[in-house]
Amino acid sequence: MSANGSDTENDAKFGEYGGQYVPEVLMPAIEELQSAYERYVLENEDDFMDEFRRHLRDFGGRPTPLQYADALSERYDRDIYLKREDLVHGGAHKLNNALGQVLLAKYMGKDRIVAETGAGQHGTATAMAATYLGIDCEVYMGRTDINRQRPNVFRMRTHDADVNPVDVGSGTLKEAINETMRDWATNVEDTHYVIGSVVGPHPFPRMVRDFQAVISEEAREQIQEQAGRLPDSVVACAGGGSNTMGAFHEFVGDEDVSLFAVEAGGSGLTIDEDEGLAPHSASLSTGENGVLHGARTKLLQSEDGQILESHSVSAGLDYSGVGPELAHLAETGRVTPVSVGDDAALEAFHRLSKLEGIIPALESSHAIAYLEAAEELGDLVVVNVSGRGDKDLDTVIEESEKRGIDAAPSMEVFE
Amino acid sequence: MSDRRSALGPAFRDEPALVPYVVAGDPNQEATKEYVNALARGGADVIELGLPFSEPIADGPTIQNAIQRALSGGMTPERYLDLVAELDVDVPIVCMTYYNLIYQYGDSEGVEAFVAAAGDAGISGLIVPDLPVEESDPLREACDEHGLDLVFIVAPTTTDEREAKILAQASGFVYVQARMGTTGAQANVSSATHDSLGRLAETDLPKAVGFGVSEGDHAKEIVAGGADGVVVGSALVDIIASGENVAERLESKATELKSGALSGEEEVPQPE
Repeated sequence: MSANGSDTENDAKFGEYGGQYVPEVLMPAIEELQSAYERYVLENEDDFMDEFRRHLRDFGGRPTPLQYADALSERYDRDIYLKREDLVHGGAHKLNNALGQVLLAKYMGKDRIVAETGAGQHGTATAMAATYLGIDCEVYMGRTDINRQRPNVFRMRTHDADVNPVDVGSGTLKEAINETMRDWATNVEDTHYVIGSVVGPHPFPRMVRDFQAVISEEAREQIQEQAGRLPDSVVACAGGGSNTMGAFHEFVGDEDVSLFAVEAGGSGLTIDEDEGLAPHSASLSTGENGVLHGARTKLLQSEDGQILESHSVSAGLDYSGVGPELAHLAETGRVTPVSVGDDAALEAFHRLSKLEGIIPALESSHAIAYLEAAEELGDLVVVNVSGRGDKDLDTVIEESEKRGIDAAPSMEVFE
Repeated sequence: MSDRRSALGPAFRDEPALVPYVVAGDPNQEATKEYVNALARGGADVIELGLPFSEPIADGPTIQNAIQRALSGGMTPERYLDLVAELDVDVPIVCMTYYNLIYQYGDSEGVEAFVAAAGDAGISGLIVPDLPVEESDPLREACDEHGLDLVFIVAPTTTDEREAKILAQASGFVYVQARMGTTGAQANVSSATHDSLGRLAETDLPKAVGFGVSEGDHAKEIVAGGADGVVVGSALVDIIASGENVAERLESKATELKSGALSGEEEVPQPE
């Protein structure tokens, strides 16, 4: 996969970020994965990447359109294009990575997949890819997320994946990752861990980015074809950062294209150290350097280094860390981290649904909400619609009413 | 033995060592002092004192819950070091924790501040289960400078090539992970333990086996298999979690484990 000449080598670090901070029991598996990544992904051994691209096309439904958004363009008085990852099979960009890693696991001769999931999109995509490619799949999911993402739990189980609830801590993505790492440490010889974002020990952040880079490969070609030039800015939401890096990667070398990573501002950018809580998930904007889940990156943490519970109305962004490459790109000024709060994201959810006929995932709604800051985005904007919002409807109904979000349709007549 | 000055090495010299592990601050700091004394009375040769981190990925549910109790009780790295400094036992203390806490300690980023403070508090060595040998240079250097041992884990999956890298960095003792997975008491000694001990037979660093050890008989089998010591954590943490006659039961568990280890030694074939 082309990487813009910026980094094709298999480095463990992005500047000071990244690395491999995992228990010794996992290190041989990480080395094995590193070698498989180099051979199959970077060097296309045994035509791995050709097969991956064929599955993306035939099973995944790629390429996805880059849609000119008439109503949004009119509202913000500039040209706005939507990269429609919500149209990928399964309803989110997550399938790109899941297909890549499940296929890689098969090439490596592993016969079992484990995965963690927050919003359930990654778990769903992994369960789908595992069924499609014929391999056993087990998914860990926090209890809180199971309760707020029931449709995705059902979808995973429909594909015969085992969904294991994780009860510790806040029962969200951070705890699910810990638990999946433990499973992997126990069964590492025959099991591959399909990490769901550009996080974790090397080579995961690079590998997941490479599988997601198809988003910006397509978008870069499409915008030149459709608008005749590169965009002034690309906007994508950032939790762990896989759709973000996917949407940005091929533009990183285009210095004139501004890259905006929109984080979950939750209910405010403060933290409560005594309670160990951050009412947001903006680790890129507000986090401190540290080591979590195998990598050095930006983290929401107390002064002592204890990891704080994060919050977002969007389960998919609710994570205390962020991918190390994004941390590096933000540190060097190439990526601009910004944030959008829960209410603004909910408003954007309804706005896109009403204006364009697209129901976006709550994650993607954060990126859409940032269009309100249109001035700094320039005249030609690409926004990544990372997934569709069907999975979030229960949350949106409940939260819109609770918060009195104006644009929300009333459900009163039916009650 | 490595040529690094080692505070821990001598603890393994004369007889098989018992290395018990408890989480500092579980359920509170005063209790920890009492438990450390009980373990020392029961025959502990080195005590591993966990500094709790919110994301203990190498630990199983027993120790994870203990860490939660300790964090809820207000344990912090500062209080941990104060606690260690106040201990009155004649047994070297090893700090087991995760890398982020070491990295974040003090006002500046980096590991030196923690190692210096740990040395001042009387800590003899560190075990950092999420720090593989590839990332350990800064901590290795700081430990050398302040005279602390840096203990590394060798896992059943560790290749010969990695083992050589690990042994070149390790000091004090080598922590032999008895089986795959995370910490947690088990009913039997895994066959992986014997394989690992076999591979490490020529190593001159002492070898202590942990992960799953819970009974005197395990300790006996492990020492008979060539180990220089046993590490026992979850079985002790279970006693603490029960809340009943804890100090007394910790002491008697330690006594059982130590005498198991000693009887294992008698079965080791002695060179002519």
